[in-house]
Amino acid sequence: MASVEFKNVTKSFGEFKAVADVSFDIGDGEFVCLLGPSGCGKTTSLRMMAGLETPTSGQIFIGGQEVTHLHPKDRNIAMVFQDYALYPHMNLADNIAYPLKVRGEAVAARHGRAKEVADVLKIGHLMDRLPSQISGGQQQRTSLARALVYPAKVYLFDEPLSNLDAKLRLEARGFLNHLQRDMGMTAVYVTHDQAEAMALATRIAVMDHGHIVQFASPIEIYRRPATTFVANFVGNPPMNLVEAEGAQVDGKLALKAEGLTIAGLAMTDAIGKALATSNKLTLGVRPEHLGIAQTGAANTITAPLFANENMGPESLVTLDRGDSARVTARIFTDDHLDLSQVVTLGFSAEHVHLFDSTGKRIPALGE
Amino acid sequence: MKLTIPAFVGRIAFSALAALIGAIFALPLLWFLFAPFNARAELGLALPDPWTLNNFVTVFGNSYAVQALWNSFIQAAGGVILVGAAATLAAYALSRSSIPGKSAVTYILLLFSSVVSGSAAMVPIFLIISAAGLMDTHIAVILTFAGGLLPTAMFILRDFIDSIPKSYEESAMVAGASPVQAFFDVALPVIRPGIVVVVVWAFVNIWGSFLIPFILLRSDSNMPASVAIYSFYSEAGTPIVTLLAAYSLIYSLPVIALYLFVSWKFGFRFFGGIKA
Ligand SMILES: Nc1ncnc2c1ncn2[C@@H]1O[C@H](COP(=O)(O)OP(=O)(O)OP(=O)(O)O)[C@@H](O)[C@H]1O
Ligand SMILES: [Mg+2]
Repeated sequence: MASVEFKNVTKSFGEFKAVADVSFDIGDGEFVCLLGPSGCGKTTSLRMMAGLETPTSGQIFIGGQEVTHLHPKDRNIAMVFQDYALYPHMNLADNIAYPLKVRGEAVAARHGRAKEVADVLKIGHLMDRLPSQISGGQQQRTSLARALVYPAKVYLFDEPLSNLDAKLRLEARGFLNHLQRDMGMTAVYVTHDQAEAMALATRIAVMDHGHIVQFASPIEIYRRPATTFVANFVGNPPMNLVEAEGAQVDGKLALKAEGLTIAGLAMTDAIGKALATSNKLTLGVRPEHLGIAQTGAANTITAPLFANENMGPESLVTLDRGDSARVTARIFTDDHLDLSQVVTLGFSAEHVHLFDSTGKRIPALGE
Repeated sequence: MKLTIPAFVGRIAFSALAALIGAIFALPLLWFLFAPFNARAELGLALPDPWTLNNFVTVFGNSYAVQALWNSFIQAAGGVILVGAAATLAAYALSRSSIPGKSAVTYILLLFSSVVSGSAAMVPIFLIISAAGLMDTHIAVILTFAGGLLPTAMFILRDFIDSIPKSYEESAMVAGASPVQAFFDVALPVIRPGIVVVVVWAFVNIWGSFLIPFILLRSDSNMPASVAIYSFYSEAGTPIVTLLAAYSLIYSLPVIALYLFVSWKFGFRFFGGIKA
């Protein structure tokens, strides 16, 4: 196991910067998720760690050793590919044992080890099959087995669960989590599924347009998203963002927006600074912090009902504030909600997030 | 479903026409199957009476004819090995590397290849081969065919390799394989069906070609079968049909055998990527 470090790494394809001046440090034994929308440079970052892509500038270190221009075979890493990349002409035993074969292990020894790993992953009975003769979930576990069959310094995963159906995906996610606890492996895991990242990661790096926007623990990212982008990306459903005009009234912050009633929020120096540049602020409230409230009460949003989806233990109530600005609440109740055309959702002041006109988080009191 | 009378008549007419066309194409094939076993074969179609192997005995008694088959084999095998190996390596490099302008290279080569093996280039090829001192050698024929067939072979194979995900070799290299190991362990077995197609195509091309060996070879002992067939003409220039028929059948057997072998062994079917 080893640490991974990026120092000012940039990767350009022609004029286009897929990864732009990225620096981070992944500690020994950490499980880091690279999270972000399609095309933000996650795979490119991962491939640079693997040595399949060379940075345009910057340095990469694995276990303190510089590997920026080292061939993949000399890095001693393991990688699970999104398309699994199982060799179609080899049976499962040979597929899983391949890394041991190139390391010069004898046939009996490497097949023995492959069987051990396969048994743990419950594919031990399929060792004679070709990859085309097993199911998608079994292929996924085979590619996992091939990565786990030898001791690597770092384990890289590129959306390994994205081709699985919902149930298998949950199962595999649980297994990966268990594996991480068991082995204490250093892992970098690419995904654009925020739930996967929250469930697996010790830390999450949220990427956007080749930059890392926030690199923090899942709970930190959930509680204190650094930008509206992160707030809008993490959470299920993501945080509601309401654009409002802010002003200081009687030493308190007043926010004005269509359908929004809000009692004076505590002023801070940070809010004062933000208001000095622009009075356009963004109010953020997570769906799970919203509940049905009395119309006209303090800290509420009122708007026509757009959708009311019953999810079993909870309901998703969505209001339409016009111009497709929607607000969604996750309401935990067993009662059947009888919602009229116009609904009022309430929240408490402690759950309010504020962002300035550039989308940056305004730290709350005591942050 | 009941057919109306006009539709019924139309069907009969169509079937009759199709049968007629089929028969026209089948007649030479039938001749090709019957004539070798007929001691009095002529250009007309006739059932052998009696069936005999005498024609074959005469052919195998003709040392020149047998030597020619062997020469055909040497030239085809040599050409196929050269084309197969060179096209595989070149196509792999063209597909996997990031050389700028690599597709232009392929297209230009492809354009010129039709010239090289065509009759327009016969004079320059003759001059080059004779300047290289390779006149009347198997090597001359092998090299000329390799030059003519390589670009198309490269083109077919590059297309095939392009369709194979890079992640096969990438996963091998991440697992610790060198690029050469990744090529032989992982890429080559996956590309093999494509190589087989190219090899069969090249073999058929060389085996059946007349002009190039006819021009580049002088001595009877180097001529391939395609040229040797000319020896079954009488002094007066009329074909000796019995021998010609028997020899033609022998001459076409390797190609048929190759197709059967390949479709049995590989089924002309590609692995492709794995579907999830
Ligand atoms: N070989 C390449 N040549 C040119 N552009 C590339 C190349 N590889 C990636 N890119 C571009 O770089 C950007 C980042 O690509 P990357 O594959 O890292 O995205 P990603 O975050 O993994 O997205 P996804 O979630 O869709 O897999 C994309 O805009 C992509 O078009
Ligand atoms: Mg990707």
